[in-house]
Amino acid sequence: MIVELGHYALVLAVITAFAQFVFPLWGAVSRDASLQSMARPSAFVTFILVGLSFGALTYAYISSDFSVANVVMNSHSTKPLIYKISGVWSNHEGSMMLWVLILVFFAALVALRGDGMPERLLASVLSVQGSITFAFLVFIVLTSNPFLRVGDPPPDGQGLNPILADPGLAIHPPLLYLGYVGFSVAFAFAIGALIHGRIDAVWARFVRPWTLLAWIFLTLGIAMGSYWAYYELGWGGWWFWDPVENASLMPWLMGTALLHSTIVMEKRDALKVWTILLSILTFSLSLLGTFLVRSGVITSVHSFASDPGRGLFILGILIVFIGGGLLLFALRASTLRQGGLFAPVSREGALVLNNLFLAASTVAVLVGTLYPLVLETLSGSKISVGAPYFNLTAVPLFIILVVLVPFGQSLAWKRGDLLGVMQRLLLAFGLSVLAALIILAFTTGGPVMAPVGIGLGLWLILGSATEVFMRVKPQRFDLRIMIARALGLPRSAWGAALAHAGLGMTVIGIAATAWGVEHISVTKAGERIAVGPYVVALESSFKRSGAGYREDGARFLVTRDDQASGALETSKRVHAGREMPTTEAGIITFGLGQLYASLNEILPDGRVSVHIYWKPLVTLIWGGALVMALGGALSLSDRRVRITAAERVLRSSVKNRGAPA
Amino acid sequence: MIRLFSSFIFIFFLSVSAHAVEPDEILKDPALELRARIISSELRCLVCQNQSIDDSHAPLARDLRLLVRDRITAGASDSEIRQYLVDRYGEFILLKPRVAADTIILWGAPFLVLALSGFLVWRAAQRRGSQSRTDAPLTAEEKAQLDALLARKSRDL
Repeated sequence: MIVELGHYALVLAVITAFAQFVFPLWGAVSRDASLQSMARPSAFVTFILVGLSFGALTYAYISSDFSVANVVMNSHSTKPLIYKISGVWSNHEGSMMLWVLILVFFAALVALRGDGMPERLLASVLSVQGSITFAFLVFIVLTSNPFLRVGDPPPDGQGLNPILADPGLAIHPPLLYLGYVGFSVAFAFAIGALIHGRIDAVWARFVRPWTLLAWIFLTLGIAMGSYWAYYELGWGGWWFWDPVENASLMPWLMGTALLHSTIVMEKRDALKVWTILLSILTFSLSLLGTFLVRSGVITSVHSFASDPGRGLFILGILIVFIGGGLLLFALRASTLRQGGLFAPVSREGALVLNNLFLAASTVAVLVGTLYPLVLETLSGSKISVGAPYFNLTAVPLFIILVVLVPFGQSLAWKRGDLLGVMQRLLLAFGLSVLAALIILAFTTGGPVMAPVGIGLGLWLILGSATEVFMRVKPQRFDLRIMIARALGLPRSAWGAALAHAGLGMTVIGIAATAWGVEHISVTKAGERIAVGPYVVALESSFKRSGAGYREDGARFLVTRDDQASGALETSKRVHAGREMPTTEAGIITFGLGQLYASLNEILPDGRVSVHIYWKPLVTLIWGGALVMALGGALSLSDRRVRITAAERVLRSSVKNRGAPA
Repeated sequence: MIRLFSSFIFIFFLSVSAHAVEPDEILKDPALELRARIISSELRCLVCQNQSIDDSHAPLARDLRLLVRDRITAGASDSEIRQYLVDRYGEFILLKPRVAADTIILWGAPFLVLALSGFLVWRAAQRRGSQSRTDAPLTAEEKAQLDALLARKSRDL
């Protein structure tokens, strides 16, 4: 019964989403206030309906209702509750439901926070969001309905893919989707503004918090996904330039560019046309990512053909929204008034440069990801585009960008003094180079990348520190004044410094992977294996069974300078109902580095074949991403961002009215 | 030159410590071994998902690594070895596609986009710079407008 209600709510949501799309748009075009006022209620109702529908599906999973086909295929009655819930989005249908749930959630939030917005702009924005919701709901109902029943319910389900039976599944997809879909708000604002015909600093002030929010979630989602792959796949790698990873990296790169250009627009009323274009492109890349991952086109061109309905449908959605958005942009962009002027050497100029490099690296990732597909479709020849391609195209662009960041951060708005900036950054630059040289001297014969990369990372961190220091430094040194000024510094300034320093941490973590040590051995009990500064010795191998699985594993004792420092356990796990075993990696964190063990097999004579890695500073890769997200959150909590311009105007006018005339 | 660059890139991005290469595979001559590592980091392990044979522990990857090293010790050049493998497995085995007529867009696009957008930005800046100059002479239309305004003002007086 509840499942039917969910199904019914889903179909009803198609209709309310259509209403949210059509009537406010009609109202915006014909300037009819009563039609425009339908925007908010319809957004709320659509959110409630999709929420109910998603809730019903979740209920079917929690109560193990095996009359629902989707539950049969992806759940099992013995699964712990957390995997029953996260099982909802472990499959195509459920993850599309999550996608739409987040989409309508953001639309409802926009409607909720829309008080200060011009009514016509709000109506246009919510209408665009309604149109996306409508398209994806129709997609779900027609090709990916999760509520279909089976005629003859089996006694139990087929279980969750064991790789997905991990807390990572509960966190990673929701974070990633909050990021992906969050950019739909910027897209809707861009299209809304093109319909509305007015774009100014106030528009940028409305858009920036949403972009920042989406960016924070996407940053966390990608970092989380990377760490999940690192510990779950058992290869010890953290980034593979895999098409699915690239699909999430592209909107991140574009979104980062968008984030920076909205700052220029808000502060200086410049780069309007470009910001609008970036808003459209960023969400287009989110849609493209959804298409690549969801259509199955990526794993093989042939699986696309095996289920052409879904792939073609998403492709259609893609063409309508990306094509339509760009067409509207081409038609209306020339009507936008150009904003503030700036000299080439200025904060604005630096941010333009930042945008160029981010856009070019996005193109590198995009072309590298799609080229094999397109070439195979056009000419039938199969080629591979792997890490070496991205290392030669995207990575050099990143490196140049990283070198430039501290300069841009320190330049003044409108007209900057490059020489002055160089003088201020001299100390940070000198220290970074010195550190790189010292490390190089101590590790002669080692990889060159590590010291250079660490120098680069330090350059970012020290550059950020210099920027903050210069802003709080009084004429004559006085600690009290400095503390007072530091506290008075806007949170967005701290946020930017923190985010750039976080990027520096990630760069250092990546650079240090070159010092990683891998040891492959077939070992017997008591044998000592030196891995980096640690000595690992096999203690015993074991067999055991847990909830829904049995595993063969090995336990190793870890010592450093003959001091016991812990134990590593790694195993091969076979899950009930699945043939492919999964590798459970054993990981111990020492300081910022990790010791990582991954079992190959246990031989019949009791010897154990195992990979052991020592990865110095590796946690900085994800730690840096966390710091970046934290910087974003700090920036988001800035009063200037949180309180919209319109609200402030409203408040001040209320205050003025209260004062005696 | 290209070889120098790619060995630089290799040293820059990959660790010198072994990835999947097992001790018995390593060539005695470090220069030859480095060549083998560079080549194998750019070859796809055909049975794996998106891994190079330098990274993969699959038996096929090991066979290919040994094959590469055999060819190197037999005195084949890098491009001969690549050609040898492409003849057997197709272009699909190369993780770094060769620059050819059908991959020119692949290799050129990022830098073309950078150069083109850089040029557009530069031109826009130039144009804007000339627009914002205050000492630019008035156009005929502006002059006519000004004259009309002045004439009206003098009439009003």
